[in-house]
Amino acid sequence: MSKILIIAEHRSGKLNSSTAKCVTAARAMQAQAIDIAVFSSDPAAVAAQAAKLDGVSRVLSLDHPANDPALAATLAPQVVALAAGYTHVLAPSTTFGKDLLPRVAALLGESMASDLMKVIDAYTFERPIYAGNAITTVQAAADRKLIASVRLASFAATGEQSGSAPIEAVKLDVPLPTHTRFIELQAGAQDRPDLQSAARVVSGGRALGSAEAFSIIYALADKLGAAVGASRAAVDAGYVASDLQVGQTGKIIAPGLYIAIGISGAIQHLTGIKDAGTIVAINKDGEAPIFEVADIGLVGDLFKLVPELTAALD
Amino acid sequence: MKILVAYKRVIDYNVRVQVKPDGSGVMTEGVKLSANPFDDIALEEALRLREKGIASEVIVVTIAPADAQAHLRNGLAMGANRAIHVVSEQAVAPLTAARVLLKLIETEQPGLVLLGKQAIDDDASQTGPMLAALWDRPQATFASKVEVSASSARVTREIDAGLEILEVDLPAVVTVDLRLNEPRFIKLPDIMKAKSKPMQTIAIDTLAIDASNHHTTTRFAPPAQRQKGVLVKDVPELVAALKARGLL
Ligand SMILES: Cc1cc2nc3c(=O)[nH]c(=O)nc-3n(C[C@H](O)[C@H](O)[C@H](O)COP(=O)(O)OP(=O)(O)OC[C@H]3O[C@@H](n4cnc5c(N)ncnc54)[C@H](O)[C@@H]3O)c2cc1C
Ligand SMILES: Nc1ncnc2c1ncn2[C@@H]1O[C@H](COP(=O)(O)O)[C@@H](O)[C@H]1O
Repeated sequence: MSKILIIAEHRSGKLNSSTAKCVTAARAMQAQAIDIAVFSSDPAAVAAQAAKLDGVSRVLSLDHPANDPALAATLAPQVVALAAGYTHVLAPSTTFGKDLLPRVAALLGESMASDLMKVIDAYTFERPIYAGNAITTVQAAADRKLIASVRLASFAATGEQSGSAPIEAVKLDVPLPTHTRFIELQAGAQDRPDLQSAARVVSGGRALGSAEAFSIIYALADKLGAAVGASRAAVDAGYVASDLQVGQTGKIIAPGLYIAIGISGAIQHLTGIKDAGTIVAINKDGEAPIFEVADIGLVGDLFKLVPELTAALD
Repeated sequence: MKILVAYKRVIDYNVRVQVKPDGSGVMTEGVKLSANPFDDIALEEALRLREKGIASEVIVVTIAPADAQAHLRNGLAMGANRAIHVVSEQAVAPLTAARVLLKLIETEQPGLVLLGKQAIDDDASQTGPMLAALWDRPQATFASKVEVSASSARVTREIDAGLEILEVDLPAVVTVDLRLNEPRFIKLPDIMKAKSKPMQTIAIDTLAIDASNHHTTTRFAPPAQRQKGVLVKDVPELVAALKARGLL
């Protein structure tokens, strides 16, 4: 039987939905207990949200001024101390989890599994390699701790329970490093749906040609209540911020509807959208690889078609 | 200050990787191998720091089979001062790679270690933070800007929430993201010059590290394919198709 520790991801007092997806993965691991650890300088609100998640046994609240903002170097020794009583340690495969978990695994002397996409049993799972061109089945040693990051596009968020799991304050006595200092966060725009959890996403590519032209993408997204994404080429060219990049090295997403506009469909981009419900592509090149994966394709000039589509949604 | 750059050889990013029919691995026969794209960026950054007078020496390191010398020669042709080839006929997992790099660090005493944020073969994104943990030093992952001073570095990180700026004491581990820089092209004379640059070869067994891997890959499978969809001829048809799927 597994005892699973999940490291909560949160920001500004809000639990990230990535945590609820980790709970879903944990529930498939013959879990006897699923505990969520909330590291914060003010964990109460986030702990209360975590305690509502269906399937959670306990929430551990780790209140420390050094826990905000979360730095891998500061959290890792604390997670290691907590991990003693657990068979598994999970975190989301977001930049938060990717930064933290390998540091934890190395301190524990354990191998780590990145981007767990399917749980077969407590120590057997699938994960993608080569930008998702191959899916591997991995057997982890059952006498070791399994440290794994959970691929968000592969798991639905667990629901809420009617009651609430107990919340326990935990005090750890571990020395924390001072060699790493947070200076600032230049946050991306927050007035739009979040790319990683949105039900609909509209993405633009290099074809947009400028930051100004991207306004037609925003206009369509607004009509649909959609988040905005972009190809690497569009980000590199400076049309949008880097946190909008979708793909192998950006965000891996699974919205119900994904609309790719002026995006060719390079393998690295497709890796990020493989789990989308319906993919729509608008591209002037009928031979573009994006049409190989699109459920609905429309060939033509985006500068004409996108405003027309936006208008048609009135 | 010395800079160590972890420089992995992987299947070239343009190759469409295919799984062997018997599920025992991916096809590697005759497939083009190149430096991991992120590692070229790491090397470029190290070279720029040397050109600015901040670094004195740039060392490229790979852990790879004996035939990877040409790969390291590329790194030398790009401008690294010397190369270290840790010879391992088996592919190494991130924890082993981190343990090997730590051994080299103990001898070389670099002020900065640059790695790719991920290797595009295993897509693990683990080696940098693992190394930082074993070395008990700071890490700054997913760097899109690196400013190095005498005793610290200011690193801009591309994270899900935006851009985060950290200050880390040196020595430190930095893993690089795509937008940090654009790697230079290798010129013909540099290829000639690289032939005489020092390359040290170390058999992995002589490093006396724990190379155990607690995870075994038992099967490789091709990903589920999406069905090819339909083409619509205009916007009204697109809207109708979306409505038919209950998406509007
Ligand atoms: C290591 C590595 C990692 C990478 N990671 C990512 C990643 O995470 N995400 C990512 O997206 N990419 C990634 N890439 C880059 C990827 O290989 C492609 O270069 C990139 O996705 C191309 O972006 P694009 O489709 O916008 O541009 P292009 O490939 O230039 O495509 C533009 C498309 O727009 C169409 N078009 C042009 N004008 C019009 C018009 N008026 N109307 C309609 N259509 C038009 C063209 O027909 C073309 O298909 C990575 C590459 C590497 C090497
Ligand atoms: N065998 C290796 N040889 C050299 N560098 C490596 C090796 N394995 C990993 N690295 C470095 O670690 C980074 C991240 O790799 P990974 O953790 O496998 O995604 C790579 O971009 C390299 O910089």
